[in-house]
Amino acid sequence: MSEPAPPLTLDARALSRSFAGRSAVRDVELKVSRGEVLGFLGPNGAGKTTTMQMLTGNLSPGSGSISICGVDLLERPVEAKRHVGYLPETPPLYKELRVDEYLALAARLHRVAKKSVPGAVTAAKERCGLGTVGRQLIGTLSKGYQQRVGIAQAIVHEPDLIILDEPTVGLDPNQIREIRALIRELGKGRSVILSTHILPEVESVCDRVHIMHEGTLVYSGTIDGLRALRGGRALQVGLREPPPLAELAAVPGVGNAEAAGAYLFRVEPNDGADPGEEIVRRSVEKGWRLFQIGPAQASLEEIFAHLTQREEDNAEASK
Amino acid sequence: MIFTVAAKELKSLFASPLAWVVLAFFQLILAWIFLSRLDAFLAIQSQLVALANPPGATEIVVAPVFAIGSIVLVMAVPLLAMRLVAEERRNQTMTFLLSAPISMADVVVGKFLGLLVFLLIPVLLIGVMGAALAVGGRLDWGLVLSNLIGLALLAAALAAIGLYTSCLTAHPVVAAVAALAISLALWMVNLATSDPGSAVSLVSLLKHFEPFTKGVVDTASLAYFALLIGLFLLLAIRRLDADRLRG
Repeated sequence: MSEPAPPLTLDARALSRSFAGRSAVRDVELKVSRGEVLGFLGPNGAGKTTTMQMLTGNLSPGSGSISICGVDLLERPVEAKRHVGYLPETPPLYKELRVDEYLALAARLHRVAKKSVPGAVTAAKERCGLGTVGRQLIGTLSKGYQQRVGIAQAIVHEPDLIILDEPTVGLDPNQIREIRALIRELGKGRSVILSTHILPEVESVCDRVHIMHEGTLVYSGTIDGLRALRGGRALQVGLREPPPLAELAAVPGVGNAEAAGAYLFRVEPNDGADPGEEIVRRSVEKGWRLFQIGPAQASLEEIFAHLTQREEDNAEASK
Repeated sequence: MIFTVAAKELKSLFASPLAWVVLAFFQLILAWIFLSRLDAFLAIQSQLVALANPPGATEIVVAPVFAIGSIVLVMAVPLLAMRLVAEERRNQTMTFLLSAPISMADVVVGKFLGLLVFLLIPVLLIGVMGAALAVGGRLDWGLVLSNLIGLALLAAALAAIGLYTSCLTAHPVVAAVAALAISLALWMVNLATSDPGSAVSLVSLLKHFEPFTKGVVDTASLAYFALLIGLFLLLAIRRLDADRLRG
């Protein structure tokens, strides 16, 4: 495989879809290349699931085109779907089947050759930590294990593109860590699209992120870009007896200081400077009564507000 | 791929208690009818000998069991077919099949075949009951065979109807009621007219099932069943494809 330009596994253009006249997804563009984990972030009802359903052939797009590994999903669905593994929001599990039976069925339906099925099932079980439950009925497994079976059925045929809709919902912290490690590992040789509404999840596993809001992509970029959006290296400082803002801004290394609440301040450091220590020292010296200092990171809601506000401003400006 | 889907469907049917209960009652009812017909036959056997061209055990015992079997099928198949798609919808497992690289026709035909194989079990068991009479007497094998073919075709037609109504809803019971309504309507629609050549008789299930019970394998009836099965399978495929468009 050529190093500089890894081939695109997914190329979706101008995807739109409406339900009964109400637009759910508008003009979404998605490009994912091999070896990449793409985070798909958005509040509930943003259109993440609808987009994923279109990418996996569960829903026909109103308009737009989808190409998977160079195969047009709308024109040659059977061939295109061979390259895709999909875990929907609710894992599609047949509770009356055993784990082994179910995974073998998934492998067969995804055209794994009959004699390679047992090997594929064993490999998928191993990856998802299902080694000991192969003989159990899926209905008797705990939620965490069921989620793992859901992931296992999405990867059993070694697809090039894995689409996971909220894979860590309902799992306990340990399981979440395991699943995230698994997703990172899966992302090495193939592409993974992961939807979530949890910001740290995206930061911990994804290379790139798309943020969706009310059916449109409001942000597409790298994780670093997202971090910058979250406040970059800015500090949040809490002072019980704050000095005038100018005095805070005069601390060496501080580029800008602004009030973020009654006793809270947002301090932007100059490039390469780290004014934290100096702020603490001056606080003690001058009696500002520091009670909190830490990275000022915006929550997801704030980022959404920020991004959507920007959208509206752009719309205003173009009028 | 069709057979993979069919095998899964068969496995799921055997995993559900409903299928076992229906099978058991089906067998119980038919065994009861079989025994009572056999009793009747033994009682009148001595008088039959006096007739010039007497009806045999096949006409008196086996054929009526098949006839009752057909009525029981009309009642039972909607119950067995109701969960084929409706339950997948309710459990949101349909995505599993829709995301797989198989066509909608594979899904529908696979499910249909899975149910049909299951239905052939009670149908064949009736045949076995009848064939058991061969131990103590002579059977008209042609009549048994034509009855078997007729009942199998009827089961297939009812399965296709049930599969289609199951595609219409996410509630298995609604699907069962709808399938029963359509099946019963088709079964006895010819009662509305006394004219055997009328259009209403043309679409009647009963009208096309009858020749088989008399030992006649009528090509017109064969065509009727083939068309009926094809029609409802096609409707089911269209219906599921429409889901993808409508969402």
